[in-house]
Amino acid sequence: MLGKLCATTAVCSGVGTVSLQSLAAAASSATAKPEFPAAGPVPEYDWTKHRWAFGVDSTRCIGCLRCVEACKVENHVPFNPQNFRTWVERYVYLEGEDKPRVDTQADPVNIAAAASPQDYRFSNRYRDQKVTKSFFVPKLCNHCENPACVQVCPVGATYKTPDGVVLIDEKYCIGCRYCVQACPYGARYFNEETQTTDKCTWCYHRITKGLKPACVEVCPVQARVFGDLNDPASDISVFVKSHPINVLKPWTGNGPHVFYHGIDGEVS
Amino acid sequence: MGALMQISDYLVSPFSGYVYPNETVLPWSVLIVIYPYITGLVAGAFIVSSLFHTFHMESFRPVARLALLSAFAFLCFAPVALLSHLGHPERALEAIWTAHWTSAFAAFGYVAGFYGILLVLEIWFAFRVDIVALSQTSKGLMRPVYQLLTLGSTDVSEPALAYDRKWTQVLAAVGIGAAAGLHGYVGFVFASLKSREWWSSDLMPIIFILSAIVSGVAVLVLVYGVSSKIRKTPIDEQCMVGLAKVLWAFLIVTIVVETLEYVEMFYRRLEGIDMIKRLIAGPISTGVAIQAVFSLLPFVILSALLARQVRGKALIGWMSFSSVLLMCAVLAMRWNVVIGGQELSKTAKGILTYIPAIWGREGVVWAGGLFCCSFVFLWALARLLPPWEPAHMSE
Repeated sequence: MLGKLCATTAVCSGVGTVSLQSLAAAASSATAKPEFPAAGPVPEYDWTKHRWAFGVDSTRCIGCLRCVEACKVENHVPFNPQNFRTWVERYVYLEGEDKPRVDTQADPVNIAAAASPQDYRFSNRYRDQKVTKSFFVPKLCNHCENPACVQVCPVGATYKTPDGVVLIDEKYCIGCRYCVQACPYGARYFNEETQTTDKCTWCYHRITKGLKPACVEVCPVQARVFGDLNDPASDISVFVKSHPINVLKPWTGNGPHVFYHGIDGEVS
Repeated sequence: MGALMQISDYLVSPFSGYVYPNETVLPWSVLIVIYPYITGLVAGAFIVSSLFHTFHMESFRPVARLALLSAFAFLCFAPVALLSHLGHPERALEAIWTAHWTSAFAAFGYVAGFYGILLVLEIWFAFRVDIVALSQTSKGLMRPVYQLLTLGSTDVSEPALAYDRKWTQVLAAVGIGAAAGLHGYVGFVFASLKSREWWSSDLMPIIFILSAIVSGVAVLVLVYGVSSKIRKTPIDEQCMVGLAKVLWAFLIVTIVVETLEYVEMFYRRLEGIDMIKRLIAGPISTGVAIQAVFSLLPFVILSALLARQVRGKALIGWMSFSSVLLMCAVLAMRWNVVIGGQELSKTAKGILTYIPAIWGREGVVWAGGLFCCSFVFLWALARLLPPWEPAHMSE
C-alpha cells in the first residue's frame, strides 16, 4: 500500500521520507510524453522542458498574508471572502487542548479585524490564552500528478500540461462544478464573474516568462518556494533535497506536487 | 462582516469548526437535489409500465401507458434542472460532442439519450393504434399533428398490432435495465468522488436505484389517483393493490439497505465519524428524520393494507397518503445526500449549513417550478396521447 502511494505521489507520505528517485521519475516521464508538442500555448516556451513544483516551508511563514493579496490582484480573483486561489491557515494549540484551533483570513473574526474586504489579516484572538504551539500553513492548488479534478471534468476543460501544471480553459468550461467537488483540497471555486471554475495556476502567465508566481515573489520570508524539478539547482530542487517534506492527503492517490515542510498530522 | 453573505444567487453558508474558504459557497444547490429526484421518478414509473408490457401483469394495465408518459415527462425535465445549474449551459452539448471519457459524468448525455430514444420508441409502439385512430377522427390543427405522429404507419390489422406488442415488450424489457442503469449511474456520479466522505459509498448507486423506484411508483399512484379524480373515473382496485405490493417490496429493500449504510458507517468508526455524527445531528437532522419516519410509516401502512386486504376508499386514501410521505422521504434522502455531502467539510474539521436561496437561478422557487413543470408537461402529453383508453390496447 505504501509503495503504491509512493509511486503515485512521488513523495512518500511520512515526514522526512523523500523519494527523489520518484521525483526524478515523475519529471522524466513528463518530459518523455510524446503526445505533447514542444510548442505549447505560450510562444517561445517549451513546456516539455520543465517540471514545475512548489514548496511550502511552514516554519518560515509569518502569516502576513501578502501572498493572498498578491494572488488576488495578480489573477483578478474576486475580492470577496469566499473565493481564493491561495489562502493561509493558522493552527493554534491552546494549553489543555489536544486539537488545534484552525482559521484562515476568511474566518469571520479575521474579516472583521481587517480594515476592508481587500485587506487581509489574522486577528489577535488568542492573546488572552496560553498558546502551546502555533504555525501557519499556506495552501493552494496541489497540481497533482493524477488530478481528480481533471479526471471528472466532463468536457476536458481542465487539463494537465506536460510541465506539471493543472489549468482550466475558461472558454471551454461548462461550469458544472464537478471538479470543485472532486478536489479534496478545496482549491477550486466557482467564479461568478466568468461563470466558470477557477483555481491557482502557479501564475502560468508568469512562470512561462521566467518569473516566479506572484505569491512566491512577494513572500518576505521565503516560505513559498517554486522552481523546476528538472533543474537540480533550482530553489524547489534544493528545498526537497534539504528538508523533510510531506504532501497533503496522500491517501487520495492524487499525487500532490506541493511539498510541505514543518506541518503536523492535523494539517489536511 | 458576518459569515452569512449573499453572492448573487448563492447564499454563503454559515459554518462551525474549520472549513476551507472556498467551501463556504456550496457548489451544488437545490437544483442538484431536484435533478436526481426527477430522474428517479423516471425509473419507478417505467418499472411499473414494464411489469405490464414485459411480464404481462394485467393488474397494471390501467397505469401502464400513463406510466410511460410520466417517465417521459420526467425524463425531459431532469436535464433542465442540470442545464439551469450550469454556468455555461450553451456549452452543455460539448459534454456529448467532445465528452471527456474519464469523467463519471461524461456518459450522462449518452445514457439519458439512449433511454430517451428507447422511451419514445416504446411510447410510439404502445400508442400507435390510438395515434392512427386520432389521425382519422380529430379535427382542426391536431389532425395533421396526429398524421405526422403515425409516421405513415397506419396499418392496424391484427398482425401489425401483434408487431407493435412485440416491440413494446422488447423495448420495455431493455428499458428495465436502462432505467436501473440510468439511476444507478446518477448514484455513481456521487459515489465515485473520493473527496466527499458522505458520498463515497459502494452502496450509494444501489440506494439511488431503490429509492428512485419507490418514488417513481409513489408518484404514479398519485398521478393515477388525481387523474382519475379529475376525469371522474373509478380507480382500479386491483391496480392499486398491485402498486401497493410493488411499493412494499421495493420499500422494504430500500429501508434495509439504507439502514445497513448507516450501521456500517457507525460500526466502522472511520476517521471523521465524529463530524458525520455532528452532520446528522445538525444541519440534516430534519432531513434524516423525514427520511426515516416517512419511510417507516408508509411501510407500516402498506403492510397493514396488504395484510388486512383493505379495499375501496380506504385503500385509495391510505395509498395516496403513503405515496405523499414516500415522495417526501425520497426528496429528503436526495437532500441529505446532495446537500449533506457538501455540508460536511473536506477538512473533516467543520460543518457548514446550507441556506437555499429563494429566488434566482439556484433558488427554491425555480427548482420547485421546474418540478411542477414536469407535471404540466405530463398533463399536456396526456392530452395529446390519452393513456386511459385501455380498449385500444389488446394484450
